[in-house]
Amino acid sequence: MSVELEPQGIEWDHLDTVARAAETPHQQQPYEELGLREDEYERIREVLGRRPTESELAMYSIMWSEHCSYKSSKVHLSKFQDLAPSSDRLLAGIGENAGVVKITDELAVTFKVESHNHPSFIEPYQGAATGVGGIVRDILAMGARPVAVMDPLRVGAADHPDTARVLTGVVAGIGGYGNALGLPNIGGEVVFDPCYQGNPLVNALCLGVLPVDRLQNKAATGPGNLVVLMGALTGRDGIGGVSVLASAGFDQEAAIQRPSVQVGDPFMEKLLIEACLELYEAGLVVGVQDLGGAGLTCALSETAAAAGTGMEIALERVPLREPSMAPHEILASESQERMLLIVAPEHLEAVLAVAEKWGVPATAIGTVTDTGILRVTWHGHAVAELPPSSLADDGPVYARPIREPADLPLLQADRAETLPRPTTGEQLRETVLRLAASPNLCDRTWITEQFDRYVRGNTVAAMPENAGVIRLDERTRVGVALSVDGNSRYTRLDPYTGAQLALAEAYRNVAVSGAVPVAVTNCLNFGSPEDPHVMWQFAEAVRGLAEGCAQLGIPVTGGNVSFYNATGPVAINPTPIVGVLGVLEDVATRIPMGFSHPGDVIILVGETREELSGSEWAWVTHGHLGGSPPAVDLAAEQRLATLIRAARDLDLLRSAHDLSEGGLAQALVEACLRHGYGATVALPEDAPGGPFGFLFSESAGRALVSVPLGREKAFAAQCEEHQVPWTPLGVVAGADAPLTVTGQFEIDLAELRTAWSSTLPKLFDQLTARPE
Amino acid sequence: MRIGVVTFPGSLDDVDAARAVRLAGGEAVSLWHADDQLYGVDAIILPGGFSYGDYLRCGAIARFAPVMESVMAAAAAGAPVLGICNGFQVLCEAHLLPGALTRNQHLHFRARDQRLQVETNRTAWTMGYTPGQEIVIPLKSGEGRYVADTATLDELERSGRVVARYVDDNPNGSMRDIAAICNEAGNVVGMMPHPEHAVDPLTGPSTDGLTVFTSVLKHLAGVAA
Repeated sequence: MSVELEPQGIEWDHLDTVARAAETPHQQQPYEELGLREDEYERIREVLGRRPTESELAMYSIMWSEHCSYKSSKVHLSKFQDLAPSSDRLLAGIGENAGVVKITDELAVTFKVESHNHPSFIEPYQGAATGVGGIVRDILAMGARPVAVMDPLRVGAADHPDTARVLTGVVAGIGGYGNALGLPNIGGEVVFDPCYQGNPLVNALCLGVLPVDRLQNKAATGPGNLVVLMGALTGRDGIGGVSVLASAGFDQEAAIQRPSVQVGDPFMEKLLIEACLELYEAGLVVGVQDLGGAGLTCALSETAAAAGTGMEIALERVPLREPSMAPHEILASESQERMLLIVAPEHLEAVLAVAEKWGVPATAIGTVTDTGILRVTWHGHAVAELPPSSLADDGPVYARPIREPADLPLLQADRAETLPRPTTGEQLRETVLRLAASPNLCDRTWITEQFDRYVRGNTVAAMPENAGVIRLDERTRVGVALSVDGNSRYTRLDPYTGAQLALAEAYRNVAVSGAVPVAVTNCLNFGSPEDPHVMWQFAEAVRGLAEGCAQLGIPVTGGNVSFYNATGPVAINPTPIVGVLGVLEDVATRIPMGFSHPGDVIILVGETREELSGSEWAWVTHGHLGGSPPAVDLAAEQRLATLIRAARDLDLLRSAHDLSEGGLAQALVEACLRHGYGATVALPEDAPGGPFGFLFSESAGRALVSVPLGREKAFAAQCEEHQVPWTPLGVVAGADAPLTVTGQFEIDLAELRTAWSSTLPKLFDQLTARPE
Repeated sequence: MRIGVVTFPGSLDDVDAARAVRLAGGEAVSLWHADDQLYGVDAIILPGGFSYGDYLRCGAIARFAPVMESVMAAAAAGAPVLGICNGFQVLCEAHLLPGALTRNQHLHFRARDQRLQVETNRTAWTMGYTPGQEIVIPLKSGEGRYVADTATLDELERSGRVVARYVDDNPNGSMRDIAAICNEAGNVVGMMPHPEHAVDPLTGPSTDGLTVFTSVLKHLAGVAA
């Protein structure tokens, strides 16, 4: 070993080493500023048997933050595992970087959704871009090639000036990163609601595919193995991102926190992906972990803790973008596009060669030891020496107080079913047009046109279809369907039912695409866990989701919790986002959503009840939120799913489209406009709530299908057999024929298209268009 | 026939281009940006993506990649070369084609199924089309607006080197609705839309793009005969 020269310009007297910490037990430490409570600080002292060093304090503060430790949610999330239905498809589940689901004997997929909410309010472009980057690395860490992304978004009121700043930035950021990474964007959601005005939700889902035998592990096994940091240089960006931004509320002066937002480089991430995949293929890594929130601290402690080993890390070996960085900054940096590899010494040269081929920096920064202690030195001085599991696994766990919001009974008593409603045909016509043009139901093309959906050539369906469909194997045509859904108004009215409705909708979207739903991921976006009302909403939503998944027989494979989402002092509506993954044995048999053949018979399947509370109609026409959300019947959802697949297998279906926000009216609008065919339908005489109720009720468990003329009897027999109610409505009309509801109204298709498609461009285009 | 597909760091549609070559009946050969030779391929495709992160200017760094020396020599010798999207940008930066691709007029990245009119079949890559034929293939780019000075544009028009134009709605503000052009000899073609994404009815809006790849195979067969 050569003696390394100590760098110039460092005030060694100020370096807080382990030795110094032992000598100066009474030194004041800024644990509160770092987000730690006094009792948490005391526990750290107990674990270490001394006060923590500056570096250790930084490490505990970020690892014990809400974002990393799940300290408020853990006691509830255990329900997902306690109630999990057995599945022989699950190769990796909760606790891994992402759940892994076996699709065939050779192929598996991994998928997960995560939030990047707070950074996206402060700096929408970079916040959203690095949100994509982060979830992609989670997928990469499992050994998979990332193959698609989706983006459930929630922003403030459509006509609020700041919404334009946030939405245009977020959409550009998702496109800017995802497009440059070569990942097709195959679906997502955008919901406008004033509750997100000061706190947008940017959730990102990534899907990856891997050969079953290439599954990677994060455990840093094998003392003597090397710890290699690969990827971008480490800078000061994102320091405290998880503890400052994601684990506490923030106020209007959020701009000063801008340095806490990370900056993304999709080019580096693309190279990192290719380099990692080449390393996996060659079997050159023992373990791998992405660097995301909490950076190096999280990756080092989690990999060591997972293996029960220790590590000796020489921090000065970490390649820096800013050479003046102090040890605690290097440990806490959330610089993007980095991966940690555990490599056998004899493979180091080969690993570095692959990294060099792709132009990605890679450096051995330490070794795995059998001490069970993570020891971090800086130019030979120990700045941290702690049990890795104390950071990764043994953080605080709180059973926070829970209390049902006092206003809930009043809110639930204020039912939308009692609101004034349209009665004449002309009024119904106006309502259909108004809803179709409303920000939450209108055409999403303005957004989706900014995303590449074609790259890699396996996208079989993307937005606006019910679910994104990706082909996994060109030869067998096996593939998966994915949908993400959530309705926070329903969840505000009843978090248990609302969470189940989100699950039911994602399940239904996958099912009406013709796939068999097999697994679930979720992103739980809520207010402050320190507010007992929020904690009650959270507990109820988790219980609803866990019990729902158990009933549907599909396990939760992983997910993410985001707390402290609030606009000013007011928590956001509780927003559980649920992603459901389904398997298609042959992607060519997926079912499209739009009408495509004049003369096809239009049939509504499922039961319509008069359910208008929490509906888009109540919100758009009355600004009303009250009552109880639509009832959930998961057994009926299962019957509907089985019916759709059975009918598809008998060639009885030309299209199928799920009913959700906006009810039957909106489903008809979307099925007509998809390929430009009109429809002539008649509403049943005895419809609950009359023609209006039938058109706008948001009862769950329904789908709008079109059946080739002459096959409707066979289809009805299938409905009979699967015990799903069906209502024949009418027929698909010609190209550009009007949408006619007999005896009520007629809407010219061009008028309908104009109403539906001009809303977003009108709201957001003039801000960026350049006059020429 | 062996068609080389170059992978620069940051290339994204290289797998798609290779698949399109295979579906057309050719053999796709992967070429690496650092290669100093072309391994005897009969034609070359520069695929879409963000070569070198599109840093500095789209295609500006890729133009200096080692493999480009061989590509330029092959182009001069008459080998068919196709640049798609980012590849078109590289060909312009390399001065194998005139003009430049600049930021879309509306400043957004735009992805859509685009209607085009094929203007000429006198190129190695479009000989299977009928002049005037309308096709639909995906377009997806943030910097796809073709610009050149008036003299260059007039010369392109006069010599029949506008290979395809956007119809219905110009998606990016391209001058004279230009979507694709070729060099004087017709062996080098640059096109902004992505024919490799329209080769399979399961994944594309049409199979109109396949003709680009069958064209070059037919062209090569004709040269060989």
